[in-house]
Amino acid sequence: MHASTVRSLLVRGMLAGLIAGLLAFAVAYVVGEPPVNGAIAVEEAQAAQEAHAAPGAHAGHGGTAAAEAAEEEEEAVSRPVQSTFGLATGVLVYGVALGGIAALAFSFALGRIGRFSPRATAALTAAAAFTTVYLVPFLKYPATPPAVGNPDTIGKRTTLFFLMILLSVLLALAAVIAGRRLAPRLGNWNATLVAAAGFVVVTGVAFALLPANDDAVKAGFPAALLWEFRLASLAVQAVLWAVFGVVFGALAQKVLAVRTSTADAPAPVGAPVPG
Amino acid sequence: MAEAVVSATVPAPSVAVPAPLPVRAVLPWAFFVGLLALIALYFVGAEQGATSLIAGSDVHEWVHDGRHLLGFPCH
Repeated sequence: MHASTVRSLLVRGMLAGLIAGLLAFAVAYVVGEPPVNGAIAVEEAQAAQEAHAAPGAHAGHGGTAAAEAAEEEEEAVSRPVQSTFGLATGVLVYGVALGGIAALAFSFALGRIGRFSPRATAALTAAAAFTTVYLVPFLKYPATPPAVGNPDTIGKRTTLFFLMILLSVLLALAAVIAGRRLAPRLGNWNATLVAAAGFVVVTGVAFALLPANDDAVKAGFPAALLWEFRLASLAVQAVLWAVFGVVFGALAQKVLAVRTSTADAPAPVGAPVPG
Repeated sequence: MAEAVVSATVPAPSVAVPAPLPVRAVLPWAFFVGLLALIALYFVGAEQGATSLIAGSDVHEWVHDGRHLLGFPCH
């Protein structure tokens, strides 16, 4: 019985993730693609300049490595495909995968994090996922548009980024557990404040101790374009998680209402009491 | 009369806090789905970037824009 409830929640989580992914894709296409294209234009302009600067450079033979790489990149998958089907694949797989994980996190959180309805629990789960999986890592290692990163440091940057996700998820989990332990002594409100403050402080210390990401942005890259891109990235993720929280909350509320009414329904209030 | 009795018993809305689902029921799903989801996320977020299981750069190029906009380090 419980297993089938978890199964229903998982299916709805992936469905909500798919719907959220579709809306996030729309935002990514409309708001995100212009700065991506802008960054690629900057990259190509720089590569062309470098090719010109190199004396005796022939097209296709003596061009710089950057220019050759840019050319190869365009040949593998064309820009129109990258910005539509490619973008959709990435965002939808991300939405479904994290929708499934979030549904299972919800199944653990339900009834364990305080007196919250399924809908409220779903909203809190989505907010926590957005914060730990995207926002906190983004604050330390922000998203960069094409042409900004140094390919030589991709290994280090990827490791640090995933480490930051893992760290913020674990810290949030610890904060929730600490908050629940403190609740009987401090009351729910103050326990939540203490736990949240603890999360912020420890995250700040982690930010200070982890290596900086100073090699990611090349000198001369337009600052306004970088800001536009990062804002777009934030919008994509914010929309993804907001839609997920609302849609999954509505679906979960239904699943669990059916469960309570068929299985654990309390005796009707007006029922005659023997004796 | 019968209808009145029914409507009188219905009101208590299910605002009640739901009972926790037993960890035993969630854990197998969490483990298996978590594993599959992480593999899917790896291909969207990191394959043919820092590490490469499949030769070439087709996976990287296909999910290129999504990888950048979702916040993953790309290149």
